[in-house]
Amino acid sequence: MATASNPTRGTGLRRVPGVLLRIVLALFFAFPIVFMLISSFKPDQQIFKDLGSIRAFLPVGHVSLANYRGVFDRVPAMRFLMNSIVISAVTVALGIVVNSMAAFALSRMRWPGRRLLLTLIIATLIVPFETFALPMVWWVNKLPWLQFDGSHLVITEGWLDTYRVQILPFVANAFSVFLFHQYFQSIPKELDEAALMDGASWFGVYRRIIMPLSGPAVATVAILTFLPMWNSYLWPLMVVQDEHLRPVMIGIQYFFQLNVSWGQIMAYSTMITVPVLALFLAFQRAFINSIASSGVKG
Amino acid sequence: MRSNTRRLAAASLAAVTATALLTACGATSSGQGSGADGNTITLWTHNAGNAGEYKVVQQIVKDFNAGQSTYKVKIQAFPQQSYNDSVVAAASAKKLPCILDSDGPNVPNWAWGGYLAPVDLSGSQVPLSDQLPSTVGTYQGKTYTFGYYDVALTMFARKSVLQANSIRIPTIGKPWTKDEFDAALAKLKAGGKFTYPLEMGTGGAGEWWPYAYSPQLQSFGGDLVDRSQYKTADKAMNGPAAVAWGTWFRSLVTNGYMAQKSGASPNNDFLNGKSAIEWDGSWDAATNSAKLGSDLAVLPPVDFGKGPKIGGASWQWGMSATCSNKAGAQAYLKFSRQTKYFVDFAKAAGTIPATADAAAQIPGYQPGGPYDVFSQEARKFAVVRPVTPAYPFISSVFEKTAKDILAGADVQKSLDQAVQQINSNLKTNRYYAG
Repeated sequence: MATASNPTRGTGLRRVPGVLLRIVLALFFAFPIVFMLISSFKPDQQIFKDLGSIRAFLPVGHVSLANYRGVFDRVPAMRFLMNSIVISAVTVALGIVVNSMAAFALSRMRWPGRRLLLTLIIATLIVPFETFALPMVWWVNKLPWLQFDGSHLVITEGWLDTYRVQILPFVANAFSVFLFHQYFQSIPKELDEAALMDGASWFGVYRRIIMPLSGPAVATVAILTFLPMWNSYLWPLMVVQDEHLRPVMIGIQYFFQLNVSWGQIMAYSTMITVPVLALFLAFQRAFINSIASSGVKG
Repeated sequence: MRSNTRRLAAASLAAVTATALLTACGATSSGQGSGADGNTITLWTHNAGNAGEYKVVQQIVKDFNAGQSTYKVKIQAFPQQSYNDSVVAAASAKKLPCILDSDGPNVPNWAWGGYLAPVDLSGSQVPLSDQLPSTVGTYQGKTYTFGYYDVALTMFARKSVLQANSIRIPTIGKPWTKDEFDAALAKLKAGGKFTYPLEMGTGGAGEWWPYAYSPQLQSFGGDLVDRSQYKTADKAMNGPAAVAWGTWFRSLVTNGYMAQKSGASPNNDFLNGKSAIEWDGSWDAATNSAKLGSDLAVLPPVDFGKGPKIGGASWQWGMSATCSNKAGAQAYLKFSRQTKYFVDFAKAAGTIPATADAAAQIPGYQPGGPYDVFSQEARKFAVVRPVTPAYPFISSVFEKTAKDILAGADVQKSLDQAVQQINSNLKTNRYYAG
């Protein structure tokens, strides 16, 4: 018995440094979030008093919900949250459909110029958004739109101050096309051929064969589309003037007045971080699978 | 497959053609000007999230809309940090509102850039001549904006700390000299109680740098630009006085008097006893007074040789050049120039009222009141930032240069480089003529 138990204990002991290292790493990454959460319950002066000691991470001292009440007094937080949820969710949904279809055509169908087109799409990744943001403002300000005005259908000019201007320019995404393309490449082509032989259309192959097999890629694209949309700041700053249409990240600027209220900033940051964390936790397994299978580093 | 491709090509062509046609239709329907839909006029303010001041804006608009039936003003509030970006984006899209506020130093640039139009405020209840000069925005002899208040830089300290270290408490009539100030910092440092006896908010960014530190440069005898013609920064920013300022500024760090980069909240650090003297603004006076009571000492700025100096000009109101209802915008601006609104703004924002009449109605700001010192400072020491469209560029160059100097860069070389950049900008823009 003794000889049998020693190797087990030895294996366990050998694992201790690794486990400790992981705990330290986990704490390292968790500390900013814990600090944000705990500070959201403390008054400003106490936040700064507690800095430099372990008290910064503990709910001690004058702990209350005053900062959260302050957030709602200062910012239409629920409205901003709802706006961001709508904008991000619609962009994710449309993005999955549009980009997966583009990737399907590039990956599964044979037509001249597809390789060149894929190269051009990927090449757009090197152009930073900031370089064409201002021309794009000018452009969206000129775009037409059809809308009902009572009983008539009228053409209006300009998309500024709308939800669509925050959504449509970001639906087509080169990185998402690339991710889908890479994932589709790993699915055997024989499946398409068999389905086509059985009378399926290309759309049928896409909808009934490829997409059901692409769960991890869909999850990854969902997360990678959701995050920048949720964190979107520069674009809504330039194209949205109506407060009712602003997303959450613009809201954080409401707190940077002459007297910066750090407690309220922590409370607001906590409120806008929770949905992102929840989404990641919900999809993390599929996300990791897809990243691992596509060979893409985040 | 071929027919599918043809169908796809035809559909794409139709979509592109339709888009082009619709765009053309839309383009013909766009009108001239912006910021008003008939007599409904849009007003932009930087006060989103700043409840006190925003309520005053809302009250004025409510009173204006209720007091007449011709015009209706509609408010859009933006957070201060991103306000300028929103205005610049709107200007490029020709979507500026009719009425907007602007940070004082930006007024010349916005006037030159065609964002703002001159305003005629004659017949207002409060004449412009009654205002603190720093609260009126002018460019090339024309009035573009006016403000209801100003703010003042000042120093805060604890009387008990100064007395315990046998340091004279300065007054407006007899501020500290450079030698006195240096000696006070040396004493406080030697006392060992404060790691950094001086807090100057060096962790800040943007406009805070020229606002907070260029008055010290001016008190040394330098400046951001030669104001006689606004065609060069040579000698003003790199002459012996400017070098003396840079050397002193850096010495605050090398002597251990001040952190190279202060914390996220300098005022909280001061209130928590981490620093003895804080270079701050009048906006923190009420908070500090509430916390420290009679122990709070409000100190005038140091006289480094050419008299004490502070920055002047805060947020001001004007009318956009593209406003499609200028009569309505001017009617609103004139209406808003009532003493009661000057009082309301100063009370709400904890700022210095722009007129003596308003000051007389605000507790603390009456002559002899605890905050009267700020009005006096604004009147006696305020220097407006250079009145040139180049100011935003000069401001960013000064920020970078001052940060470099604080980090240990050679003072003369850094200032020479700054002058070169500013002069190049002035020349490239043909000295912003016209």
